[in-house]
Amino acid sequence: MKKSPVRTIVAIGIGAALFFVLGRFVAIPSPVPNTNICIQYGLLAFMAAIFGPVAGALIGLIGHALIDFSYGWGIWWSWVIASACFGGLMGIVAKRFRLADGIFEKKDILTFNIFQIIGHVIAWGVIAPVLDIVMYAEPANKVFIQGLVGGLVNIVTTAIVGTLLCVAYAAAKPKQGSLEEEKDD
Amino acid sequence: MTNIFNYIDRPSPIHRLTGATKLVCLLLWSFAAMSTYDTRLLAVLPVISFGLFAVSKIKLRDVSFMLGFTAVFMVLNNVLVFAFSPQHGVTLYGTRHALFSLGGNYVVTKEQLFYHLNLVLKYLASIPIVLLFVCTTNPSEFAASLNRIGVKYTVAYSVALALRYIPDIQREYHEISQAQQARGVEMSKKQTLVKRLKSAGAILIPLILSSMDRIEVISNAMELRGFGKHKKRTWYMGRPFRGADIAAMVLCALLLAAAILLNIHNGGRFWNPFA
Repeated sequence: MKKSPVRTIVAIGIGAALFFVLGRFVAIPSPVPNTNICIQYGLLAFMAAIFGPVAGALIGLIGHALIDFSYGWGIWWSWVIASACFGGLMGIVAKRFRLADGIFEKKDILTFNIFQIIGHVIAWGVIAPVLDIVMYAEPANKVFIQGLVGGLVNIVTTAIVGTLLCVAYAAAKPKQGSLEEEKDD
Repeated sequence: MTNIFNYIDRPSPIHRLTGATKLVCLLLWSFAAMSTYDTRLLAVLPVISFGLFAVSKIKLRDVSFMLGFTAVFMVLNNVLVFAFSPQHGVTLYGTRHALFSLGGNYVVTKEQLFYHLNLVLKYLASIPIVLLFVCTTNPSEFAASLNRIGVKYTVAYSVALALRYIPDIQREYHEISQAQQARGVEMSKKQTLVKRLKSAGAILIPLILSSMDRIEVISNAMELRGFGKHKKRTWYMGRPFRGADIAAMVLCALLLAAAILLNIHNGGRFWNPFA
């Protein structure tokens, strides 16, 4: 598919708006009281897989910063940056996928999930806690446990929601060579 | 529409500042509050920010919900810090003045209490100012101001697009969700967790697929109008700087300078009264 820079800009805008709406208003109650499941990372992984690393990173950055802004608790930069890194990391593998051509096979599902797990581990297991320590001087064991719990939940929701979105999107796209010439005889 | 971001339009000197000024001030202020743990500066910042609230004619009642939310978050974070690392203050300040014991490792020390005081002050120094920014800056002007402070206009335009389409996507989500509920999709607590995630998918997939079409339509429209051809663009909501803008930015720059000087003077980010 033809890549246009304008398309990426629009994808970032709409992606960030989707990220915001899912993160802010769509709360799926979880078994733990007062904890909701964030499904926006499934969306982020999916958008990054289609539009690449720049779009992924900026959707994470803008979407997460807007969520923090709307709650009014100040921007928690360390976690915003971690979101951006996850989007960027997922975007790096985007070249492997041919989602735009409607192809997303078993092998792609596997790659997608391996990379989303690696991405989440780097973002929430390393980047977010390290930035928490550097920026806010919080105790190490607290931020690492917070990061690990957040990361684990995100891995599970991305595996379900992200994979579902990729499969559905690929199925909705017309496949290359899916048309056959009808022969008159 | 602007209600999600709590913009409150009232005539005040702070509202009259340009969006770019407020953004620069917010960044300088945040860096100042973030970089230092000097208790004296951290105690001054909340006083100034509540003074600014009075100037901006934003009443506490307007933001009480968000302040309450923040307070819960702050208490929770403090409890977590203490639960995980009751001796964090001791390692930071290098001395140990035990007050009383709660059993095991949970000995309350003066250093730990002082560290918690700093944490609380840090919240008070950095959060009301963000609230003030959110309440006094028109979201449309926000995108224009991003470009003003040197963010590439294409990225600033992405932010503008996001702000523009949040209400649309919200409405669409609501419509799809109701249509699916009418067909028996349930997302409440009565369902099992896996079922709930699956029903979320039943709403998400139509929403995402229609958003993908939306991306195509918007980017075609923008391309047809020659978006991205020139290196610069003008903004409908942009305004020129005036004297008050420059004064505000200089004052915030002084705050950051004070924070950096204090860090150098204290020989680190922490002001240590125990040494």
